[in-house]
Amino acid sequence: MAEPATLWSYLARDPLLWLTATLVAYLAADRIAGALRRHPLANPVLLSVILLAALLWATGTPYRTYFEGAQFVHFMLGPATVALALPLYENLGRVRAALLPMAAALVAGSLTAILSALLIARALGVEGAALLSLAPKSATAPVALGVSEAVGGEPSLTAVLVILTGIIGAVVATPILNALGIRDWRARGFAVGVAAHGIGTAHAFRVNPTAGAFSGIGMGLNAILTALLAPLVVRLLL
Amino acid sequence: MIAHIALLLAFQLGGETLSRGLGLPVPGPVLGLVGFFALLVARPALADRMRPACSGLLSHLSLLFVPAGVGVTAQLGVFGADGPALVTALVLSTILAILAGVGTFLAVARLTGRTDADG
Repeated sequence: MAEPATLWSYLARDPLLWLTATLVAYLAADRIAGALRRHPLANPVLLSVILLAALLWATGTPYRTYFEGAQFVHFMLGPATVALALPLYENLGRVRAALLPMAAALVAGSLTAILSALLIARALGVEGAALLSLAPKSATAPVALGVSEAVGGEPSLTAVLVILTGIIGAVVATPILNALGIRDWRARGFAVGVAAHGIGTAHAFRVNPTAGAFSGIGMGLNAILTALLAPLVVRLLL
Repeated sequence: MIAHIALLLAFQLGGETLSRGLGLPVPGPVLGLVGFFALLVARPALADRMRPACSGLLSHLSLLFVPAGVGVTAQLGVFGADGPALVTALVLSTILAILAGVGTFLAVARLTGRTDADG
């Protein structure tokens, strides 16, 4: 029989351990969210991240080792993005009927996301590459990183800002939109997808299938619009 | 099931090839989404067969963001002294963007008389 310490050092480096931990943490987070009756702060992404970060910290595991296992989950983001075509197709009639509202909301949401982030951060004293890194934060990660680099930002900082934006959007969307009494799931989903990309879309799918479908469209369109608008806004504003 | 996953991966692969090959600003999976959508429009019968795989992936979309989220906690150092200002900007800006999007959507839907029957 292996020594416990030897066994641990083997398991801790094996992808199996951290893949299993990721799935178990998510299931636990989902249970906790259910027990808290889906309180907005009990967001499953946020809870899972806190649980896993605590575990990594307690075991002294570097992120790179964790990602060896977690990459299998991360990889599925690609096919899941392609799969968004199905809800889009199934809602085609309603999407066609909402083309004008979507186009207007896309421009308004995208511009507001870029402009307000830059203006607020600048007013609070952020400048230079850190400020520029903020411009594409509402776009999905691969686009945001490319834009950040193009406008003179720091892609590694943008990566963190993008994920935080998604989690913030998923946490604040439902309480705010409920408080305002907005019941149009198309408008709710679309705005969340534009402002908070895939993490917002994941939240929208948990709340309502129509919101999820429209959120996926909002995310996809804002990826394209941010790539065009962010460099323009940065040049005019800063 | 394997065939359905293979089809999704094939569209992603095609999208990546186009995106990298032509240096487009749109990520490969988003181009894959457009291609798969075009296929569904051309072959409506495919939608039923693809539904289990697609809804399986999408109903647990939150899970797929967990590894990247854990990565954030490993990189909080990149914030430096700007941390509080950046987080404040993110919270306010995300709320403003959601409000601008919802407000504009509803206003234009009302103007064009296209409110949703489904509510």
